[in-house]
Amino acid sequence: MTALLTFQDVSKSFTLHLRGGVVLPVVGGVSLSVAPGECVVLGGPSGAGKSSLLKMAYGNYRCDAGAILVRDGDAVVDVVRADPRVMLSLRARVIAYVSQFLRVIPRVSALDVVEAAGREGGLSEDEARARAKNLLARLNLPERLWSLPPATFSGGEQQRVNIARGLIADRPLLLLDEPTASLDASNRAVVAELVREKLAAGAGVLGIFHDSEMRDAVATRIIDVTRFAQARAA
Amino acid sequence: MSAPLLQVRGLTKRYGARLGCADVSFDIDPGEVLAIVGESGSGKSTLLSLVATELAPDAGTVSYRMRDGVLRDLADLSEAERRALMRTDWGFVRQDAAQGLRMAVSAGGNVGERLMGLGERHYGRIRGTALDWLGRVEIAADRIDDPPTRFSGGMRQRLQIARNLVTSPRLVLMDEPTSGLDVSVQARLLDLIRRLSAELGLAVIIVTHDLAVARLLSHRIMVMRAGRVIETGLTDRVLDDPEHAYTQLLVSSVLAA
Repeated sequence: MTALLTFQDVSKSFTLHLRGGVVLPVVGGVSLSVAPGECVVLGGPSGAGKSSLLKMAYGNYRCDAGAILVRDGDAVVDVVRADPRVMLSLRARVIAYVSQFLRVIPRVSALDVVEAAGREGGLSEDEARARAKNLLARLNLPERLWSLPPATFSGGEQQRVNIARGLIADRPLLLLDEPTASLDASNRAVVAELVREKLAAGAGVLGIFHDSEMRDAVATRIIDVTRFAQARAA
Repeated sequence: MSAPLLQVRGLTKRYGARLGCADVSFDIDPGEVLAIVGESGSGKSTLLSLVATELAPDAGTVSYRMRDGVLRDLADLSEAERRALMRTDWGFVRQDAAQGLRMAVSAGGNVGERLMGLGERHYGRIRGTALDWLGRVEIAADRIDDPPTRFSGGMRQRLQIARNLVTSPRLVLMDEPTSGLDVSVQARLLDLIRRLSAELGLAVIIVTHDLAVARLLSHRIMVMRAGRVIETGLTDRVLDDPEHAYTQLLVSSVLAA
């Protein structure tokens, strides 16, 4: 079975032109893959490049070398070289990315934020509405908040909107960057359950979870990224 | 891949010895939002005027896919054809509403004028459509007979948007549509632009010096400096991992809100 996501000898550094061209190595020689039904968790201390790997897979960060292959139906797309339009299409249909922070859009209600993400992900209007309500309810977001813009919500409430937005559509590849960092234990358990449902449906996850309980609940494999840091000076 | 709606090749404009913009090429697909960013004097407004055929280039072409599917060089259109295109299939939302609106004509008249340009003559229908569009840009129906001189800055910009969108254009150019407005007014306008462009599947070229505006609205971004395109790509990639020294400077100069 073809992997959903494959890193092939990927390296990444930042060149800081405003600091005299200093080069900050991030990772080197990264090779890994995520198969359907797998939840691969990236481990290692902060600053080891875990979030950068997710951002590279999402096309948000450039790579210096290597390839990042994402399966799109019967085709395979190299994210490193993909045209912006191809990348946007992949994000709409194939790759979901949940960060630690919700980038709020002024004046749009929580329910509409989630529903819009569903429609962008190919759901019908009715289906997107129904799923958005279902997800927000499962994530214990009080119904009185649904019609309000999330700008004034607490961190945990915003994060639950963010998770609902990331998980509403049926995208086969999930990139999860500490989605449960600001949640309490009962809401973390809900997220673990949602992730396991996605895995059971054949999705693949590449994720970062510092919370060991969450990690144990969803991880099928753990990759320590410090080994990529060792190669990064090369 | 879909066929591009707009194709720009090698656009160059000099003002005497000074360079307006140099060798700029890009495509816009239907429904795509492109942000052109850069500081003042970077050539972004010159580029927009060239695309709108308000300025004649020293070199280069602007081609547009007409409603019949044929890609035509705008320089080859007759003056009547060109004006008809600008009045119907294109919109242009300007930074200064006084340049995009008829300040002495009522709000309803401003919207209706573009409809009449399409040949609509039925007064009741024109007024009905104008009323509908005022509602869509959140201008109260009882303001339809007021001229824009009695409107606030934010309302004028929303009226400009209604005036431009009433003819169902496929391409809308926007030149700093939110600058000069209060922050809360800006947010409302941005949300409106974002919603309408997605709903109507508009292709948009938006010139802005505000990277937050570019991030919120655009799919792709083009960074200009001294008349040249410095960096181009997926909006969030260019803003979060800028490659060029100048883009890094631009991104790092913004106060995080």
